Amino acid sequence: MQQRKTSATPRMLGLDRRRLIAAVGGFIATPSIGAAWAEDGGVSGQYQKVRREIAAGREIRIGRVALDIPRLAESGNSVALRVTVASPMTEADHVRAIHILSEKNPVALIARFQFGPRSGRAEAQTNIRLATTQLVHALAETSDGGLWEASTEVVVLLAACLDGS
Amino acid sequence: MRLRRIVMPEIARAGEVIEIRTVILHPMITGHTAAGAGVSGRRIVHTFHVHYDGAEVFRAELGPGIAANPLLTFTTVATRTGDVVFTWMDDTGETAVETRLLTVAPA
Amino acid sequence: MRRGVAGKALRRALAAVFAAIAPFAAEAEPKARSAREFLSLELAAEQADETLNRGMLWVELGERLWKDGSVPSGRSCASCHGQPGGMRGVATRYPAINRETGALVNIEGRINGCRVQHQSLPALAYESEELLALTALVAHQSKGMIMSVAVDGAARGFLEQGRAVYESRQGQLNIACSQCHEQNVGRKLRGDVISSGLGVGYPAYRLTWQGLGSLHRRLKACQQGVRAAEFEPGSTEHLSLELFLAWRARGIPIETPGIRR
Repeated sequence: MQQRKTSATPRMLGLDRRRLIAAVGGFIATPSIGAAWAEDGGVSGQYQKVRREIAAGREIRIGRVALDIPRLAESGNSVALRVTVASPMTEADHVRAIHILSEKNPVALIARFQFGPRSGRAEAQTNIRLATTQLVHALAETSDGGLWEASTEVVVLLAACLDGS
Repeated sequence: MRLRRIVMPEIARAGEVIEIRTVILHPMITGHTAAGAGVSGRRIVHTFHVHYDGAEVFRAELGPGIAANPLLTFTTVATRTGDVVFTWMDDTGETAVETRLLTVAPA
Repeated sequence: MRRGVAGKALRRALAAVFAAIAPFAAEAEPKARSAREFLSLELAAEQADETLNRGMLWVELGERLWKDGSVPSGRSCASCHGQPGGMRGVATRYPAINRETGALVNIEGRINGCRVQHQSLPALAYESEELLALTALVAHQSKGMIMSVAVDGAARGFLEQGRAVYESRQGQLNIACSQCHEQNVGRKLRGDVISSGLGVGYPAYRLTWQGLGSLHRRLKACQQGVRAAEFEPGSTEHLSLELFLAWRARGIPIETPGIRR
């Protein structure tokens, strides 16, 4: 029987749920969120290279940077990111740039924002792509040459339903 | 790139920090294939910059890790009445420019 | 004998308890829940803030197209309908029966009907940027208003056809819409939360699509998911299903442009 009305009895509901889970599990191979950690390879060499280039031998200190990004991303296609650096943003003391780096994307440098005293605040918001669960870093460069960092691990969930539409 | 959206105040007081939100229609094609990153037909908006009152007030260099239809929000200090000029540049050499007048009242 | 009475009393008491539980266990048709209840805080925030909602790009294009009178007839949407704001409330009543033809039309169909009959323009292709933009513009005018489609008269037959599609097992996975979107609402499917399957945010900006898409495209994606034969966008099957979903959404506010996973 290809087409059949569904029953509403509890017994049928249980059966249907098991079938549903089996069926969905069948077409996505792994039926749990745990699969998000499956690709737990190393940090890309490109990430390390870009990070070294930005640092140029300078010490990177933790602090001053607030990286606002969800810990759990529903889709790697678009993850809202907001970064803010505490700074007076004066001619003498301001943030020159913020680099957004990914440890495991095919391209490590997601974005580089450039600011000046006329920016008012060292703050930017965008949406980023994440290939997999990983650490995202925001590195801020101040006008005195200082480097400050904030990092957040983002778990990227995988969708249950395929969609080639 | 034919659709662009800019949300910002039309009037501000001198010295006030205003927030500007921009979105542009763009597929941000990564060009990633099994053979490597960005090897086949990459087409992304790689640069966005904003000029106002004789200076560049914000610039963003973007990689393929930016989501399709890039949204960028940032701030600037209202100095004097004038055009705020937004420019997006993509891999095909296409450039999109939008201009908005910001009227600045004395503080 | 005394034991028999006690047994009877116990059975009666148990029967009363079961009778009380039964309506919950046997799931009286669960009330559909608003689509935004299934969004994460981040996506709900993007949807709510129109300065961040990327679907607004298409709404703005729709505004431009609405006023565009550079067509052979010289008639724009605005020439007849005035400001887009005049469309407030329209989306709560669609899909609806076209009184002249007796056909069921959704907003896309209504826009194309206008183009062909009143503007001497060819119909826009389903899923084209322009049709999505105009549909989003019209639906957006009713944002926050609650769905209330008419299902009497000629609409009744379409509603039942839509219900039949909704409740029939489809595809190689042999799953009906209702099995996910009624019987397992709120449960997790891998990283997804199963929603009530309402169309109140469409056309919606879907992260999977990285752009705006129609409800029919979304329905096709579901059919693909269960490996069923896919109905064509704009087909009677999809329109009937859209009417049934709109009826299920009665009392629930429109969110267009919604942000969806």
